[in-house]
Amino acid sequence: MSDLHNQTEIPDSSERRDFLKLGALAATVLAPGVMLYGIANSRPPEQGASSKLRWGMLIDTTKCGNGCNTCVTACNTENGLNGKTGPQDSQWIRKVNIKNLSNGFEHDLPMMCQHCENPPCVDVCPTGASMKRADGIVLVDRHICIGCRYCMMACPYKARSFVHEPITDQNPEVPRGKGCVESCTFCVQRVDRDETPACVEACNANGQNAMIFGDLNNPESEISKALSGQASVEVRADLRLNTGVRYQGI
Amino acid sequence: MTEHVCLDKQDCKIKAFWALMALGGVFVLAAMVAFFHLEHTGHIETGMTNQIVWGLPHVFAVFLIVAASGVLNVASIGSVFGKSLYKARAPLSGMLALAMLAGGLAVLVLDLGRPDRLIIAMTHYNFKSIFAWNMIFYNGFFAIVGLYLLTLMDKKLKNYSKPMGFLAFFWRLALTTATGSIFGFLIARAGYHSALMAPMFIIMSFGYGLAVFMVVQSAMYRWNDLTVDPNIRRRMKNLLAVFVGASLYFTIVLHLTNMYVAKQWDFERFILLEGGIYTKLFWIGQILLGGIVPLILLFIPRSQASQKVCFCFMAPLLVILGGFAQMYVTIIGGQAFPLELFPGFAETSSFYDGVAHAYSPSIWEAMLGMGGIAIAFMATIIAVHALKFMPQDDLHILQGRRSSD
Ligand code: SF4
Ligand code: SF4
Repeated sequence: MSDLHNQTEIPDSSERRDFLKLGALAATVLAPGVMLYGIANSRPPEQGASSKLRWGMLIDTTKCGNGCNTCVTACNTENGLNGKTGPQDSQWIRKVNIKNLSNGFEHDLPMMCQHCENPPCVDVCPTGASMKRADGIVLVDRHICIGCRYCMMACPYKARSFVHEPITDQNPEVPRGKGCVESCTFCVQRVDRDETPACVEACNANGQNAMIFGDLNNPESEISKALSGQASVEVRADLRLNTGVRYQGI
Repeated sequence: MTEHVCLDKQDCKIKAFWALMALGGVFVLAAMVAFFHLEHTGHIETGMTNQIVWGLPHVFAVFLIVAASGVLNVASIGSVFGKSLYKARAPLSGMLALAMLAGGLAVLVLDLGRPDRLIIAMTHYNFKSIFAWNMIFYNGFFAIVGLYLLTLMDKKLKNYSKPMGFLAFFWRLALTTATGSIFGFLIARAGYHSALMAPMFIIMSFGYGLAVFMVVQSAMYRWNDLTVDPNIRRRMKNLLAVFVGASLYFTIVLHLTNMYVAKQWDFERFILLEGGIYTKLFWIGQILLGGIVPLILLFIPRSQASQKVCFCFMAPLLVILGGFAQMYVTIIGGQAFPLELFPGFAETSSFYDGVAHAYSPSIWEAMLGMGGIAIAFMATIIAVHALKFMPQDDLHILQGRRSSD
């Protein structure tokens, strides 16, 4: 851990841990059932994440540009990933090109952690580092992840990456660390400031408007309305994970 | 290896003992070097990737853990089923089980991304996780088999050996079921998600465990210039043949079920036909060298004159090699086959969707894995050196012979 912190601007780890401990205490006392997560500057733990909400995303693949990589770049910038795509590099979101085998029709879509309601990664994690917040966001508490990688074996979407080498130039809001597993957080630090995830913002700014982010539990939200108005699918719906990310146009 | 049976201290092979210790020590040292190196650089220096997340260390670790449970079979047959021939071998069997489990677990821990957080793994349990249950089973195994060994070796506790033997027997079945379930529970992976995974691990553990036992037993006897009684050899050899045959049968059933029941045609085509190294390891390593050849060796009809040749060393050694091949195919081959996200579509991406994943293990991983074997090896020779693990029936022969010299 120390090597990591020497190379980054993240506050001294013991101080940080004390803060987290305090936070954990507060969380247990004030909001039972609400878990603490290791993301700095997000909503204070005692405020917790609300189980009334369920964050989700709807991706209209017909609007997703073939070869467009805007969401991926935005994610990398926001979360401090270096954007390399070697087999050992982290990729939180990726563009997948799919080609219909019967008619040859090809199109692109972004693939990332699907924020499953019944997440296999959380079920298998021996220490409880993989966890689902009350508002449906699935995170890795990187203070108790032991780097066993069982969650990577379990995730049906290959959504997770293992940090294979020491990390430099981190975004202080998004602590990452060698030897731990990580994945898309729905930009939890932004969501807790009532902003949308970086990928969604970038996609809209780019004029594609292929992604909608919002509360699946609120019938008045844009995402709920879009979902009720048009057919959508879950990827690998057969696994009954009730994913938070839905697709249209596949 | 059996220092203790030397009645005359002069006669003890102390030098050879230290030579073996040094050999094991070199490998343990190499594993520590690899560990500290990887701890510093990260897993970037291994062949493992975000696609092949479990690599060679896991092949070694899972083999050792599975064989550890299987090797206890010898004791179980003695205590639970009351066969005296096996009972005399129960202490050796229990000790080997502990040594191999220790070796296997050490590799698993040394390969963690954050081995420094072992204490977290020991204190934070997610009881939904089969992985966490495995840790509980492993710890229990140490305690139960340890106590069982005590009851076997301490005359005062003799009466407890039967119930402890039973407990150890059931615990070990549960442990291997849990180990197999680590893979069986992976719902999304074509190669793993099968209810047959756990029973297959149990059957295979019987074979691998007995094979390890026979190899160690042969080595111990040779060390003491003894030969294993033909009667014992025949019984063990037949039992090994049964286990190897059962493993082969189960392998066939698993693949047929995958094909016809689970309809995992693509995965099966990958492993059985087109998987390159995995296909080769499957057919040549697991099936031929680890199954068919040992069966032939064990059943070769022998003339009276050549009765001595039993292949009680060679055949089990091949079974062990086949076991490693099987673990490689199961663990790495199972990951190399890409996850299918969109049935009916061809997938491509920067994250290697839709393509078979490459894996070439680095020397560091091999060093970690060999370290696990070395730990088991050293624990075994130390135990054999210090305590009475020589099968008890032949211990008397040996003592008798030495005292009449
Ligand atoms: S997509 Fe994968 S990482 Fe994300 S919640 Fe589901 S199982 Fe976990
Ligand atoms: S790698 Fe970390 S988050 Fe994943 S299962 Fe292991 S401890 Fe849990």
